[in-house]
Amino acid sequence: METPAIRLTGLRKSFGGVEAVAGVDLEIADGEFFSMLGPSGSGKTTVLRLIAGFELPTSGVVELAGADVTRRAPFERDVNTVFQDYALFPHMDVIDNVEYGLKIRKVGRRERRERAEAALAAVRLEGYSHRRPGQLSGGQRQRVALARALVNRPKVLLLDEPLGALDLKLREEMQLELKQIQRQVGITFVFVTHDQQEALTMSDRIAVFNAGRIEQVGTPAEVYDQPGSAFVAGFVGTANVLRDKVARAVLGEDGCFAIRPEKIALGGPAGSGPAGFGPAELGEAAPDDVTATGRVVEAVYAGATTRFVVRLDAGSPDSTAQLVALQQNLRTSSVDVQSYRDTPVTLRWRREHAIRLPD
Amino acid sequence: MNLSPAARWLLRGAMALGLAFIYVPLAIVLINSFNADRTFAWPPPRWTTDWWARAWDNEGARAALLTSVKAGLGATVVALVLGTMIAFAVQRYRFFGRETLSLLVVLPIALPGIVTGIALDTAFRTVVAPLGVGKGLLSVVIGHATFCVVVAYNNVLARLRRTGASLEEASADLGASTFQTFRYVTFPLIRSALFAGGLLAFALSFDEIIVTTFTAGAGTRTLPLWIFDNLFRPNQAPVINVVAAVLIVLSVIPIYLAQRISADTASGGRL
Repeated sequence: METPAIRLTGLRKSFGGVEAVAGVDLEIADGEFFSMLGPSGSGKTTVLRLIAGFELPTSGVVELAGADVTRRAPFERDVNTVFQDYALFPHMDVIDNVEYGLKIRKVGRRERRERAEAALAAVRLEGYSHRRPGQLSGGQRQRVALARALVNRPKVLLLDEPLGALDLKLREEMQLELKQIQRQVGITFVFVTHDQQEALTMSDRIAVFNAGRIEQVGTPAEVYDQPGSAFVAGFVGTANVLRDKVARAVLGEDGCFAIRPEKIALGGPAGSGPAGFGPAELGEAAPDDVTATGRVVEAVYAGATTRFVVRLDAGSPDSTAQLVALQQNLRTSSVDVQSYRDTPVTLRWRREHAIRLPD
Repeated sequence: MNLSPAARWLLRGAMALGLAFIYVPLAIVLINSFNADRTFAWPPPRWTTDWWARAWDNEGARAALLTSVKAGLGATVVALVLGTMIAFAVQRYRFFGRETLSLLVVLPIALPGIVTGIALDTAFRTVVAPLGVGKGLLSVVIGHATFCVVVAYNNVLARLRRTGASLEEASADLGASTFQTFRYVTFPLIRSALFAGGLLAFALSFDEIIVTTFTAGAGTRTLPLWIFDNLFRPNQAPVINVVAAVLIVLSVIPIYLAQRISADTASGGRL
């Protein structure tokens, strides 16, 4: 196998007795767009800082392209970082910021200027060379930070929640742009985020962090469709978890299962209900499908979809298991939502969409 | 908050009165330096620049001015070097006794000057003098530095707190060694804070009299000491008035500059 761009072995880091990183083993391939996803305090940023060299691990090894760099200073590592707060030098204008790394590496003045201008063009910031960072918007600063890192052509680019400070619209634009830039330059991106949607849309692979450990590593589809633990199922998207008595009653199996809301078809009672909410919505049942019945507790209109919270009949009255089902608003509309409440419904999903989780 | 017109005028009046108490006497000193009457008759019967010429020719005043400048520069340099180093230690590192250190550095500015003076005097006479170093300019510089460190420390600390450590990390990340990071990033960012702190330190040292009284050797006369020595000689009164006027002007400049620079944010600093 090819030497990975990054290899972490038995990585641990404690801050005054608190273990922020509690044993991480990870290999990231050359040219991969790799996301580290997790809630705040899960250790993902600390792992990034360990790779960059801003922190020294309590134990474990950091390898870059096969070389052990665990004890090396940040300036001796061939990685560059895009910081969460961008960390642009406020006393330099944009072009000097971008040229900084090249100047330190004693690249000639002309080549430096050419490469910096090319990098600014790549992030669509031509003509901003002589602005100060203080005169730029958040999105522009973000792109300067990106250009400042990319101009050095590092083997690995580390990004610490770089889109966190941007508003939704800009964030979605930058997600696409980042992905395009990564494809063009072909270098390894390690992207830290707490936004599961961001991780799912951008990454080749995702590592899901929880309490200083990696819960699961996989492609977005693997992590989403085959969550390896209840934590992953709950953190990456929404998941319904069925266990114990309810699982036995509904699925006929013992154990713990996760079902994604959008995999569940939902149909109201025949005749009475509004359009688009009848039994016809369930479609034809395949032989192996799972069917359950319940009562709508809450229906929330969310534009493209309607979110149903259904209390399952199974296991009641002493169990109050609820399922969330997501329905595309093909025919239903916001006007109808109120009338769904408290109606009896039938739920149906394919058996393979109930994923068994380790207990 | 909305104030009634009466209250507004009352507050304005109080403000004007308060400022008048501070600045009218100073203005009188300035005006009297041109008052031709030896006993400062008011209003001045005639004007003259004679006192300024005499003050300029006064050997004692000029020597004292030079001593004051030397002491001020010395104390400023010591304060900047030590203050900056302590500010870095306190702001960038976590260690046992950090809070205590911070308090100990700031404390001397609050200590009564007479206490600092007596303590330093004792220390110089009993500890340093036997080593062959008597009281003189050096002891004044050290005495002034004890409280000048505070202003340098506070200015640099505030700046470091505002700029944060991520700029230095970014610099290291882009390949800069520790020294290069200091030269290209850290120093330019704290430069204006150093300048402001330095000006304040110099101004503090320049008009200090209590600590100076206790730390100056017999032959060391700073300008405030010289003024004090000559205060009760009627002949010297007009000259002292001129020196006082000079001191007013000289103190306004650094304080004004320091305020301007401190108001400048780290991002907009031109210095």
